[in-house]
Amino acid sequence: MATRSITVTINGEAKTADVEDRLLLVHLIRDNCALTGTHIGCDTTHCGACTVLLDGTAVKSCTVFAVQANGREVTTIEGMEGEALHPLQEGFVEEHGLQCGFCTPGMIMSSKHLLDKNPNPSEDEIRWGISGNLCRCTGYQNIVKAVQYASNKLQETATEGGE
Amino acid sequence: MSKCKTSAEVGGMGHSVKRKEDARFIRGEGTYVDDIVRPGMVFMDIVRSPYAHAKIKSINAEKALALPGVAAVITGETLKEYNLHMMPTLMSDTQMVLPIDKVCYQAQEVAAVIATDRYSAADGVELVEVEYEPLPVVVDPHKATDPDAPIIRDDKEGQTSNHIWHWEEGDKEGTEEVFQNSDVVIKEKIYIPRIHVASIETCGCVSEFDKANGKLTVWMTTQAPHAIRTVLALVAGHVGLQEDKIRVISPDIGGGFGGKVPVYPGYVIAIAASVVTGLPIKWIEDRRENLQADSFARDYHMDCEIAADKDGTLKGLRIKTLADNGYADAAANPSKYPAGMFSICTGSYDFKKAFVEVDGVYTNKPPGGVAYRCSFRVTEAVHAIERMVDLVADEIMMDAAELRMKNFIPKEAFPYKSPTGWEYDSGDYHTALQLAMDNVGYDELLKEQKEKREKGELMGIGICSFTEVVGAGPSKDFDILGIKMFDSSEIRIHPTGKAMARFGTKSQGQGHETTYAQIIAEELGIPYTDISVEEGDTDTAPYGLGTYASRSTPTAGAAAAMACRKIKAKAQKIAAHLLEAAEEDLEWEVGKFSVKGVPEKSVTIQEIAFAAYTNHPQGLEAGLEATHYYDPPNLTFPFGSYIAVVDIDSETGEVKIRRFMAVDDCGNIINPMIVEGQIHGGLTQGLAPALFEEISYDDEGNIHGGSFMEYLVPTAVETPHWETDKTTTPSPHHPLGAKGVGESPTVGAPPAIVNAVVDALSHLGVKHIDIPMTPEKVWRAIHKQDAA
Amino acid sequence: MPKFSLAHSLIPMMKLRLAEPTHLVDINGLSDLNYIKEQDGYLCIGAMTTESDLETSDLISEKYPILKDTSEVIADPLVRNLATVGGNIAHGDPANDHPATMVALNAEIVVSGPTGLLGGGKRTIPIDEFFVGPLMTALAENEILTEIRVPSSNGKSGASYIKLERKVGDYAIAGAAAVLHFDGDTCSKAGVALTNVGPTPVRALEAQDALVGTTITQEDADKAGELAAEASQPVGDHRGSEEYKRAVVKVLTSRAIMQAKDRAEGGN
Repeated sequence: MATRSITVTINGEAKTADVEDRLLLVHLIRDNCALTGTHIGCDTTHCGACTVLLDGTAVKSCTVFAVQANGREVTTIEGMEGEALHPLQEGFVEEHGLQCGFCTPGMIMSSKHLLDKNPNPSEDEIRWGISGNLCRCTGYQNIVKAVQYASNKLQETATEGGE
Repeated sequence: MSKCKTSAEVGGMGHSVKRKEDARFIRGEGTYVDDIVRPGMVFMDIVRSPYAHAKIKSINAEKALALPGVAAVITGETLKEYNLHMMPTLMSDTQMVLPIDKVCYQAQEVAAVIATDRYSAADGVELVEVEYEPLPVVVDPHKATDPDAPIIRDDKEGQTSNHIWHWEEGDKEGTEEVFQNSDVVIKEKIYIPRIHVASIETCGCVSEFDKANGKLTVWMTTQAPHAIRTVLALVAGHVGLQEDKIRVISPDIGGGFGGKVPVYPGYVIAIAASVVTGLPIKWIEDRRENLQADSFARDYHMDCEIAADKDGTLKGLRIKTLADNGYADAAANPSKYPAGMFSICTGSYDFKKAFVEVDGVYTNKPPGGVAYRCSFRVTEAVHAIERMVDLVADEIMMDAAELRMKNFIPKEAFPYKSPTGWEYDSGDYHTALQLAMDNVGYDELLKEQKEKREKGELMGIGICSFTEVVGAGPSKDFDILGIKMFDSSEIRIHPTGKAMARFGTKSQGQGHETTYAQIIAEELGIPYTDISVEEGDTDTAPYGLGTYASRSTPTAGAAAAMACRKIKAKAQKIAAHLLEAAEEDLEWEVGKFSVKGVPEKSVTIQEIAFAAYTNHPQGLEAGLEATHYYDPPNLTFPFGSYIAVVDIDSETGEVKIRRFMAVDDCGNIINPMIVEGQIHGGLTQGLAPALFEEISYDDEGNIHGGSFMEYLVPTAVETPHWETDKTTTPSPHHPLGAKGVGESPTVGAPPAIVNAVVDALSHLGVKHIDIPMTPEKVWRAIHKQDAA
Repeated sequence: MPKFSLAHSLIPMMKLRLAEPTHLVDINGLSDLNYIKEQDGYLCIGAMTTESDLETSDLISEKYPILKDTSEVIADPLVRNLATVGGNIAHGDPANDHPATMVALNAEIVVSGPTGLLGGGKRTIPIDEFFVGPLMTALAENEILTEIRVPSSNGKSGASYIKLERKVGDYAIAGAAAVLHFDGDTCSKAGVALTNVGPTPVRALEAQDALVGTTITQEDADKAGELAAEASQPVGDHRGSEEYKRAVVKVLTSRAIMQAKDRAEGGN
């Protein structure tokens, strides 16, 4: 099959690749860019293990073609840690929001977008917000607590960090 | 719960320390099998049968081989040349790796395509042409032993029917006598349908054969790497693979729950292909393959009978079960227990007599039965007894809690010998149930239910007081394919006082890197952050039977404690040498030895470790390490009481879980945070089959539930907020008093939910509803409509 | 021949190899089709408006909450970030949620194509002519849906959509949309339409007629529910038998009607 050249900015770095039109974004991320933190858990767009941010919006990267990300920005789990862990990453550790870790990157990326849109979500809003991400290990309860931890920390930092 | 002996910094038993393994997972730096990339690696995908039972007339791979990127197509005939087309199952049955003559279940592996990339491999699969001649299908296990039923396993010599085995336990005559002499006898048919673990990571492997060294390395999603290595050596020994040249690496695993215990044909094909081609081969199944072909769980048809007196004394239990095994018995039960620990079905109650029999049959469905977070049929057993107890309560109009309290095995009766031969180690059922009732406000709920009933509103309260049996198991009774079910720990303390510990188990999220370190911290006083835990690499880890059936803490955790005690005994000798005192004059406080009465004369474990390499006493070996293979003297018996409160929409049949209170007793707890997380997860995997999940087949053997469109895994919205509490009744025989907990909630939750729903509808005459309790099933029960 | 479809329905079908298109045109670049505004007596929604935009729009929650009811039960939040209202309708799947709501709202579908006066043609299709059969709409092969127009509510009115699904992300066992207009306390006009109980969204005509002229008591709503159940054509499948689905239609319709009435009277 013919390929075309695309350039996608992933975690702030421009990556150019020659891809088939049918290549899924998740495979571009995992195989072409060797960023294996984004996972594949199903084939019917249900599980959300492949969630990344596309121009800041959480999407299931298994249901987006790589070519659709041409010229756009993708953020994966590997891009969440800056000088320190993101409060979501901290929250997942503090609140035991993960066990096997396989759904965790997708959960964190979904939660990031959720908190960007709604900095102070209720428990119900968090559960609705992550309802596109399946987990088999945790029963979701500590994931909710992890997101609440991050929400509190981000709001504290926002208050302290200067207006 | 006793006060923690160690400080939070050391992080011994009872501390909710944060997990060490999290550091890589939250950064996306875990290494799961699909993350493994090897130089020159190629990809394998599998051609699967659309038919449940069919002869294979021909396989034409021409078009597939003509596709650029496709390197090879492997069929049963290819493997037959190496006598690898069949393999043993963990129950000593046989199953096909790739078929020669016929297929026996829909989605069975028929051929494999090897290609340079995963997309080409999938394209290749589309192009392989297989001609089938459909055969009559056996789907209903009740019809499997009809005289005119087609024999599915006609490949097995002497197999003249679809019956596999019969197993029984208990006192048949004595139980019959009890039934004849009881006031109340209740019968109920209970079906627990087929379900699938559906861990978010599917199964797969990367297999690489180094021709020069003759060494095979397989990265595999397996919960039991050593068992796999030995099975591979036995199965492929004739093609030159020997056990010292096979390395199975179980890297990070994205959830197991039993689904990653079996040896799937895909692994064997990939391994064979990697040996023959000399290329590293990656095979990762997609979700549909995982749901349609991998090990299912449950599928037990139980005819249950219970005998009681009018005053509520439970007297006898009798269960006859038909086990639908699929086309091969590929469960992973200990060899003497083809129905696992099903005979635990007398549960938490002091039955005098019981009789249990199970018949396994073949059907045209995928093989399995091992999985879903309770490998050994305890879920089925507990479901049966907890439902039957509620039926008695309903019949004699006694409160369900009162009936249970009346019949619980009393605390003083432990160790307790059950009528089916189990020796329960310890229990305090009354306290657990009372705590659950107090926490949930049982009496107020009963009042509320009465008021709601008067208004026509449906509300139910359901109890499940289960006894689990885990930690397989003592070598006198337990083995898998002959390998005894001990487990192991190898601990080495380095000169600078840090430790390395390796185990024969394999975590798939249970937190062993943290909890095992906590055990060692408790025993030796080394901070848990100074202890590295490794599992899963058969080249380095001591032999073990892996992690499933909640066995890790009872076996490998015990092994760690015992190894530590050996180390401590040697440390005492070194301490005596360093302190120039007699061994008997030393006393141990976590982390150090000191001279009795002279506390300032002491040495820390770190100083002792250093001395082990720099100043060890003459006559004693240098170093500070020990290995222990722990053969548990008995299983352990965690227990609990769960109470579910449900509200039902009478017009749609929707069930909402308003509250769920789970009181668990798993003996002494290593890490309360991790235990609580296990309970949340297990409860959710109990909720799922109770209300949502089912794999079923039509008359032609076509699967329903073969993708996430139809197999309904609950999201955070369907999952309620779980309330948890605990009691602590240590195991008297376990070195740490711990029992294991991972499966308890999956076992205990479904009956609590069913009991609650039936309770909500009991005034309408509803006695029983089989799971999953879909809205329609509940609606029909309410409106007394027979199923269409 | 090119065919236009919702990416989040098409890509899953391609992964299952149920669809193997030779050409795909990605229209995500048509950002000028992403808008929600009131104009000339209509609520106008650009075809490329995402479900999550609809879900979070203040205009929608304040004045057209039925559309929020609908968008928030489509798939899951991640899919809604990319899935478009136009796609949900153009796909022509009676299991999708917007079709029934748009039928109940008497919406109009604006499509663009190369034909028409001087090329660059545009035509408006009334909603009752839009859904032709399962996965079949009145869209010609060379047309795309560009806008959905809903008559703006003026006067006392209320609308609601209720979906019963087995879990988040599933298609409806059934769904019911109810749109009520009032003259004082009396219902002057009603729209009732159903999801996933027919080859197209089902407009429950008799139910609508039965509501007009009443003050929408519980009995009126229940009666309309029964009529809607009779009008539905459910097929038994794993989501439910025909009998059960009819029972669900009855309940959901009645509840949607009462909720619509409540909203008309100022409730939420």
